Amino acid sequence: MIEHSDLLIDWSRAQFALTALYHWLFVPLTLGLTFIVAIMETIYVKTGDEWWKKTTKFWMGLLAINFAIGLATGIIMEFEFGTNWSNYSWIVGDIFGAPLAIEGLMAFFMESTFFAIMFFGWEKVSKRMHLTSTWLVAIGSNLSALWILVANGWMQHPVGMHFNPDTARNEMEDFWAVFFNPNAVSKFLHTVSSGYVLASLFVIGVSAWYLLKKREVLFAKRSIIVASSFGLITSFFLLMSGDESAFNVAQKQPMKLAAMEGVYKGENKAGIVAIGLLDPEKVLGDEKDPFIFKLEIPNALSFLGYHSLSAFVPGVHDLVYGNEKHKIMSVIEKMKKGKLAVEALSDYKKYKKENNPQKAKEALVIFEQNQAYMGYGYLKKPEDAVPNVALTFYSFHTMVGLGTWFLVLFIMTLYFSMINEIEKKRWLLRLMLMTLPLGYVAQEAGWIVAEAGRQPWAIQDLLPVGMAASNVSSTSVMITFWLFAVLFTGLLIAEIKIMFTQIKIGPEGEH
Amino acid sequence: MLDTISLYSLEVYWWFIVSLLGGLFVFMSFVQGGQTLLYTLGKNEDERDLIINSLGRKWELSFTSLVMFGGAIFAAFPLFYAVSFGGAYFVWMAILFCFIIQAVAYEYRKKPNNFFGQRFYEILLFINGSLGIFLIGVALATLYTGGNFIVDEMNLSHWTKASYGLEALLSPFNIAFGLMLVFLSRMLGALYFFNNFEEEDMELRLLQVLKNNMFVFLPLFLFVAGMMFFQNAYNYDETTKIVNVESMKILHNFLSSPLLFLSLIVGVLSLLYGLYRALVNEQKDAIWYVGTGTVLTVTSLLFVLGINHTVFYPSLADLQSSLTIENSSGSHYTLSIMCFVSLLVPVVFGYIFMAWRSMDKTKMTIDEVKNDPHHY
Repeated sequence: MIEHSDLLIDWSRAQFALTALYHWLFVPLTLGLTFIVAIMETIYVKTGDEWWKKTTKFWMGLLAINFAIGLATGIIMEFEFGTNWSNYSWIVGDIFGAPLAIEGLMAFFMESTFFAIMFFGWEKVSKRMHLTSTWLVAIGSNLSALWILVANGWMQHPVGMHFNPDTARNEMEDFWAVFFNPNAVSKFLHTVSSGYVLASLFVIGVSAWYLLKKREVLFAKRSIIVASSFGLITSFFLLMSGDESAFNVAQKQPMKLAAMEGVYKGENKAGIVAIGLLDPEKVLGDEKDPFIFKLEIPNALSFLGYHSLSAFVPGVHDLVYGNEKHKIMSVIEKMKKGKLAVEALSDYKKYKKENNPQKAKEALVIFEQNQAYMGYGYLKKPEDAVPNVALTFYSFHTMVGLGTWFLVLFIMTLYFSMINEIEKKRWLLRLMLMTLPLGYVAQEAGWIVAEAGRQPWAIQDLLPVGMAASNVSSTSVMITFWLFAVLFTGLLIAEIKIMFTQIKIGPEGEH
Repeated sequence: MLDTISLYSLEVYWWFIVSLLGGLFVFMSFVQGGQTLLYTLGKNEDERDLIINSLGRKWELSFTSLVMFGGAIFAAFPLFYAVSFGGAYFVWMAILFCFIIQAVAYEYRKKPNNFFGQRFYEILLFINGSLGIFLIGVALATLYTGGNFIVDEMNLSHWTKASYGLEALLSPFNIAFGLMLVFLSRMLGALYFFNNFEEEDMELRLLQVLKNNMFVFLPLFLFVAGMMFFQNAYNYDETTKIVNVESMKILHNFLSSPLLFLSLIVGVLSLLYGLYRALVNEQKDAIWYVGTGTVLTVTSLLFVLGINHTVFYPSLADLQSSLTIENSSGSHYTLSIMCFVSLLVPVVFGYIFMAWRSMDKTKMTIDEVKNDPHHY
């Protein structure tokens, strides 16, 4: 069995986190803004009003600046599974590789091919062909998200496969189970709708800046109407898919749910902490209250997680040390079974090599009895099964709090736009502008919940990150980490400066 | 699913798809080659803008082919993905860095207040076009020369050299292969411009650039092809799967597969004919002959490693750890699913062809670029 040093795992995780967080600064805007420009261009084609063409082109210009850096930071994500998580690539590549390849073929080619027409084809192709291209870019980028989230959803809740002891890896046996994995479906809907919300915040934030500066008034007001309508509708969608996501987490990743809510001791009729401050001194196993202060909505967690007001919600303590009453097996017990599975697999391979079919068969029986817990066999101590509670808790609450605020903001913005008073409400314009960076905060927080909350698993219950990493030296990963950090930061600064300059130039300056 | 088709047939099919994607990528690297000609060819700012904007409408082709090449290998040959990417770490990371910088360089080069200045982005394009293609060439060459890895009984791998892949730069064959691709991509770049521009002033220069690069490319190609055919390669036993060294294995493979040999010959002839068409007849369609020739040649040279019980990624550290299409592939089920997915390939080709045609109906001129408010 391969043992990786903690340092290597930390650097490998840090690099993946760094590249993923950078990549995600750009993707949601692309997901949503492609649809917003497609809607605007449709209005242009339907009405023939040149003003809408100009507006479309302006937002398209900003989209291109964002698209380029999203693409640049995206290529690394795919290849990093090979470079930094090569054991992972072998152990689950038979399932995980497929959606990535399909994404390339079905979506990535589509969005990038039609992007060139959308951007450069105004004078070269017919109006209708151009509009079709714009829609295909929007559909392509969202399809791309679909396949990536099918892959990610599978990491959170692996289905549709079996372990082949001869090849020592998991192999796919039901593609449709992987595709329609409830976790993947809710994740996709939640993620793309968050992109639509962010793009709406972007459009209303930029437009609010124009109104505060008293320029581009008509352009800004119309853009706000399109974006706040789109944002409001998709916010409801975001809320519903978020609820569905949380329900899935409760069913399939109870440890993550416990960390998201800071639940150490499980209880019936569990409440949701609306606002809370965790006690940093709290250690798993002690009797301290995990919260210094909290404001709770009673029964809500039981209801959201299990659709019953009195359901039992297990805490971190129950999951690690077990809870007989609620038939929860402890991590210690799972680790024992897991180690048996790991040893039996090793024996099986040994006896096969020695051409001893009888012994190999016996080893296989033991393996199959304990196989479900194999991932736990690689953990060093039971507490390793617990993610960083504070990080998960605060990220989750930040995301939910901000998501709620965005909904309120869209309602206000749309209302004052409809009664044509938006220009006069300077306080609201300022709020609209200030909310834009918060949109990005919520996006990043969401992914931190999803990924940090899943620790120590690369694949839930199946493969811990410690086992998934490549066998390279930690110094090598450290070197590439810093190279990425410098390169991506440089490009981000350039992107922001260019974006701000283009916004300052405005839609009129473009033409 | 597809139960009547053997696993081996699916493996061969997928090796073909991977080889084809490799061939297409090398053709599409005209974008990278073109980028390295920015200052060789563009004598003033207007000409350089024309070059960038002409490539800017096509740059995604090589980028997406590379991503697709990676995705197909991940899904079809996951052990290669794990062994090579996770082992030859620095080579692949360097390739990625060279490709990360491409898209932004196009988009940000001419934008006001772009932080680093126009020249910086032009240097990025040059790095992407030269070092990026050179390293991809080196990585592809290791399919013939091998890597320093060991695969254990659980199919987990590790690299035995602390230089994590950079040691490949010590092999003359690998270096020649990388340089060969760089000069090929520059030739393709020149031919693409020759086809895409309507600027008489630049045409003579373009043909001169093509000729200069051809004189470097041809000896490199002869050296690489000679080494490939006459060097030792690796064979594995059909039943015991034991790997052995066999002299002139690649040549034997071609001779035992006449169709593949024909495809190679046609590819090389098409490439040479295209060059003749451009340099002697000054025909603008030469890119299509050289392009088709490139795809056929590269596809054949890669595909030959997957047939006739040949090792496609030899291990220099432990011969028996070497990778073959049989020991590194996905399961029968996954390869079948991916076969259905591969039916999309013609659809993708179809719309790329349509997009290319509609964008290239009129050839590009300096005036057009100047008048396009959205230009790069």
